Amino acid sequence: MTSVVASPFSIRDFLKSFMLTELFKGMMLTGRYTFSRKVTIQYPEEKTPLSPRFRGLHALRRYESGEERCIACKLCEAICPAMAITIESAERADGTRRTTRYDIDLAKCIFCGFCEESCPTDSIVETHILEYHGEKRGDLYYTKEMLLAVGDRYEPEIAAARAADAKYR
Amino acid sequence: MIDAFYNGGLNLFASTWWSSIAWPVIWNLIKIVVVVLPLLGAVAYLTLWERKLLGWMQARMGPNRVGPWGLLQPIADAVKLLTKEIIQPTAAAKGLFFLGPLMAIMPALAAWAVIPFGPDVALSNVNAGLLLVMAIASIEVYGVIIAGWASNSKYPILGALRASAQMVSYEIAMGFCFLVVVMVSGSLNLTDIVMGQARGMAADHGLNFLSWNWLPLLPIFVVYLISMVAEVNRHPFDMAEGEAEIVAGHMVEYSGMGFATFFLAEYAAMWLVSILAVIMFLGGWLSPFAVLDFIPGWIWLAIKTFVVVSMFIWIRATFPRFRYDQIMRLGWKVFIPVTLIWLLVVGVWMFSPWNIWH
Repeated sequence: MTSVVASPFSIRDFLKSFMLTELFKGMMLTGRYTFSRKVTIQYPEEKTPLSPRFRGLHALRRYESGEERCIACKLCEAICPAMAITIESAERADGTRRTTRYDIDLAKCIFCGFCEESCPTDSIVETHILEYHGEKRGDLYYTKEMLLAVGDRYEPEIAAARAADAKYR
Repeated sequence: MIDAFYNGGLNLFASTWWSSIAWPVIWNLIKIVVVVLPLLGAVAYLTLWERKLLGWMQARMGPNRVGPWGLLQPIADAVKLLTKEIIQPTAAAKGLFFLGPLMAIMPALAAWAVIPFGPDVALSNVNAGLLLVMAIASIEVYGVIIAGWASNSKYPILGALRASAQMVSYEIAMGFCFLVVVMVSGSLNLTDIVMGQARGMAADHGLNFLSWNWLPLLPIFVVYLISMVAEVNRHPFDMAEGEAEIVAGHMVEYSGMGFATFFLAEYAAMWLVSILAVIMFLGGWLSPFAVLDFIPGWIWLAIKTFVVVSMFIWIRATFPRFRYDQIMRLGWKVFIPVTLIWLLVVGVWMFSPWNIWH
């Protein structure tokens, strides 16, 4: 139990609260801010800069030869904390192991970036794309073809972001 | 021009029933519409101004997407609210549930009947205008109570109880403020109260604004400014809504236009108490300097009212919400004693040789 000690009456404090000085100080502050520079970013027209490490929409990359990088090691599937990745693999005609199915459920994904970090071939990456949406259920379930298409379309940006971040890895 | 219009209507039909019954009624309805339509427009755009000014004070821009500078935002809001479904809780008292919003907005609009917009420019120049304003504004608490009761829900009844207690408490302090003004101007007529402020030593030297009531009655003016914020349940005295505590008070169960009506009532009440502050303390339609007399009075009235209304928003942007017991303490233990003492001081002042109100 702490005892509450009443502060002795002070005529100075009384006048201070009675003349509303503190309140006027506060109002002067908001009054000054009325004319200050506005920090609003007009979003669709203006955008904030993105880090090269930004973790947005996923993509599957290819080598310059056009061969897909993914070797179906399933490390990403294993590490994915949200269990958003589903991989099935099979032997291809040339004897290499490739995925027959590589699905990411973006509705489950938490964009932690573990898949990207675990990938031995830099195949699965998270891009800087953040403006995408689905209009009906299932639209955010990305299949291998869709992920490869994202990778093909944004390969220059993806490669540039990896290069910019390479020396810190 | 107005007289010509009136006489033209009067002589439209040459029969007694028209000139003695029908035309006066129609003429008054026209006058009411002329007052209420701009008022509703002002109410709608006050919501936009509030959001803009709040934004600026928080270093944001405020709404600026709908139309140029966001000027069509109130219209978009109105369309949205009008097209929304009106949901009525199953357990609600049906008739009272619809009566609540109406009882809230009716007094906020009805009190404008006696507000003078210039010398002899009022819907009705009632002798006891100030009394009528107080009487009608007091009815406003019924809207809140009825809405809270009819919703048959916990938060609304709690919000209604808080709001009604608060409004009733601050009405007393406001009443004493009015009383002091009535004492110094010697009239309950709002036009006379304004005209009384046109005289004085400073006014003789062209500094009209120093003769207005706000300077000699400064403590009363401050008390009125604060209790008017509490009276219309605005921040930081918005115990009625208190989003963090009772979500939205008496408005919880309302949707669509029912909710919008409460909103209109709140902003119309803001305009009303602001214009009352201007009429009683800031010289109504009088110009602050004699050299600026050429500007029409209604422009001065509009500018002053706009400044006082902006004070509401400024206060809202600055202060956090009061605790309920602090509001009650402020109303009962600070404002009422202060106004009572100042009532005495002004009374003694008026009988002393230094009386400035003749």
